[in-house]
Amino acid sequence: MPLTRRTALLAGAATLAAPQLAAAQPGPKRGGIVTVHINAEQRILNPALRASTGVYLITSKIMEALVDLDAAGKPDPMLATSWASTPDGLTHTFALRPGVKWHDGKPFTAADVQYTAMELWKKELNYSTTLQQYLVAVDTPDDHTAVFRYSRPMPQDLLLRALADLGYVAPKHVFAGTDVLQNPANTAPIGTGPFRFVRYERGQYVIADRNPDYWKPGLPYLDRIVWRFINDRAAAAAALESGQIQISPLSSLSLADMDRLQKDPRFEVSTRGNEANAVENTVEYNCRNKYLSDVRVRQAIAHALDIPFFCENFLYGFGKPATGPIPSTSRAFFPATSKPPYPFDLARANALLDEAGFKRGAGGQRFGLRLLPTVAGEDVPLFATFIQQSLDAVGIKVEIIQLDAAGFLSRTYKDWDFDLATGWHQYRGDPAVSTTVWYRSGSPRGAPWTNQFGWQSDQADKLMDDAASETDPAKRRALYADVVRVVDDGLPVYMAIERQFITASSKALVNANNNPRWASSHWADLSLA
Amino acid sequence: MQLLLLALRRLALSLPTLGLILVGLFLLLQLAPGDTVDAMLAQMGGGDPALAERLRSFYGLDATVPVQLGRYLWRLVRLDLGQSAIYGKPVLDVILERLPATLLLTLSSLGLAVAGGMALGVLAARRADGWPDTLISLLGLLFYATPSFWLGLMGIVVFAVKLAWLPAGGLQEVGTGLTGAAAVLDIAWHLVLPTATLSLIFMAIYLRVMRASMLEVLGLDFVRAARAKGVTEGRVLVRHVLRNALLPVVTLVGLQGATLLGGSVVVESVFSLPGLGRLAYESVVQRDLNMLLGIVFASTLLVILVNLAVDLVYARLDPRIAG
Repeated sequence: MPLTRRTALLAGAATLAAPQLAAAQPGPKRGGIVTVHINAEQRILNPALRASTGVYLITSKIMEALVDLDAAGKPDPMLATSWASTPDGLTHTFALRPGVKWHDGKPFTAADVQYTAMELWKKELNYSTTLQQYLVAVDTPDDHTAVFRYSRPMPQDLLLRALADLGYVAPKHVFAGTDVLQNPANTAPIGTGPFRFVRYERGQYVIADRNPDYWKPGLPYLDRIVWRFINDRAAAAAALESGQIQISPLSSLSLADMDRLQKDPRFEVSTRGNEANAVENTVEYNCRNKYLSDVRVRQAIAHALDIPFFCENFLYGFGKPATGPIPSTSRAFFPATSKPPYPFDLARANALLDEAGFKRGAGGQRFGLRLLPTVAGEDVPLFATFIQQSLDAVGIKVEIIQLDAAGFLSRTYKDWDFDLATGWHQYRGDPAVSTTVWYRSGSPRGAPWTNQFGWQSDQADKLMDDAASETDPAKRRALYADVVRVVDDGLPVYMAIERQFITASSKALVNANNNPRWASSHWADLSLA
Repeated sequence: MQLLLLALRRLALSLPTLGLILVGLFLLLQLAPGDTVDAMLAQMGGGDPALAERLRSFYGLDATVPVQLGRYLWRLVRLDLGQSAIYGKPVLDVILERLPATLLLTLSSLGLAVAGGMALGVLAARRADGWPDTLISLLGLLFYATPSFWLGLMGIVVFAVKLAWLPAGGLQEVGTGLTGAAAVLDIAWHLVLPTATLSLIFMAIYLRVMRASMLEVLGLDFVRAARAKGVTEGRVLVRHVLRNALLPVVTLVGLQGATLLGGSVVVESVFSLPGLGRLAYESVVQRDLNMLLGIVFASTLLVILVNLAVDLVYARLDPRIAG
């Protein structure tokens, strides 16, 4: 073959690329310490008692759930090795992993699952109390079989997806017969996981060391994981850059820093590994308000917001317009044909407001509303300001009332003293876990992030109830597509922007971000190159 | 004996103040929307109202405000500060855990600031309006005007990220198991940047006060008399002027002693130090009433003690004040 410029270049490129490929995929190896950023102190380190990403970030390495999610988002056996359900969806049988030991040396058995399910998941764990309300009993025919019996059909796919988050098992011999809220194991967890809890130094760090008796032979690779509490975003970015920490998960850095670090070859800044942790920015309407009780006004407000512009210019492109309460990352439920229901259209917004009878008065103003932003990410106050300025263009004067987290929660969801609110809807793998509660009527007053909007639709209620106990996955999917349509039309909440959490991690890590709830997973296979 | 009496009288006078502050704060906090259970639900990402009710009774929040206040005062009389809602252990334990970091940071910064400020102030006053004076005053003004979070972050960016000379934050290297001198050095190493940040801002104030006070004393008759009898310039400055110019600086130390515990919230946050300032901030956000009242109790005690110490130093510096 004659040596042309083209082949020479190709050959050159190949030799250049080869060592890079080798460098990018080294094999995992034993040893090393990884330090992780966490931005808020946790009151409780027990995922069977408190369901939140901050709790999972630490405890999922120490305690284990019955199942996790694999790279494709399918249930992955952890403490449960296999499962079977009766066609009526009333009985679910889990075969449990034999030979597993708690960190204190006692054997893990079906009695632990039975105790945790009945005493913690059904009675204490947030979101799980609703999920498991029809759980009647857990039978333990032998030490390695747990049979969950329900009084209403429980779809197997819902149960398995939910158990990845709401299925952590606590040791019965530590909790039984104690006041579970005050048990010392809530801040010094005892689990079956790849790492053993060592120390929780308040305000500074949590340490867990390698569990040499872990049931997966040869794992974990790391000697130790350290979680450091850093609540200043800029300081956390500096800690990452100076090598003090290797991972900053769950969008804990400032957007500007993430945009900057994205271009730094030492770090991976992406939504990879967060596919199961979708977040939507909301515009929540108090439908008791005399203007907002008219659906045309709610729709006009949605039309007045230029979401693509906001994503591009304020979120550095980390987000896109949502099509409803089910985000596009939810492969099992996202309605394939759905589009953003209220594209930016000022003329339409003005027409709807005129039609509703709220004509512009003196100074072009129609009416005023109060907007309460929650305390979550940096994006929330930005979005609140964006709403304020966008609505000014259609003649709605918005006053922003900024409170801290406790103030926002009690004023919005308990006192109903708001007109508009904006915050996050977190989608947890299945619409029945924490999504339909935003629309289902009859939610008791004071339950945060549920339908406290004074909105009710019998049609939506029936669809959601049917879907929650439908055991055929295809039919469930169709029912939820109908739910999305109905609630997008009725619009008690406008799900405006769809995003995923962003993880900033060092490229020196092997097997990072390799499953859809990575920050909340076991990290047994994580290693340093 | 006289000193002891003075101290006791002062302490007795401060008791009603302490009581007023605590009751006032308790009532003020009732006005804040939301309680610690709301804050907890916010952190958990939601929960049903039945759970919230049970948690409220667990934390004793289901009683009326007067009953809660009564319970609190009764505990206080028995010197029990109660349980922290965030940490689930006695408030006193949490405060004692956090106190060393804060005291270390603020005392070393204050010490550095007073020493540096005095030295620079004397230097500037000696050659008033000369170039060292102009330079010192200019730098002082610059640091005084700089927000501490910015100064701290710039310190981190330059010395930790770019140059990699100093650690970016934290109180110690985590989990190294260092003991003895090595552990002390490790902590000192971590405190270089935060101490520098905090003291540069304090220092600017001392510098300015010291300079003005020195200039004022330098113009007094007894200084001229000292010079006239042939005392060397250095001796005039140190023995005659400095001692008399110190009074305003001592006053300032006393005033700033009041902010010792809480005044470093920003620096503690930027450098992720486990101090009381950050604890107080967290307690407000999490509505941890017992914790917050405990911190206020501790800082009020500290202010009373610092003021007592200042009174005693006054008496020592200027015998006319002793009485």
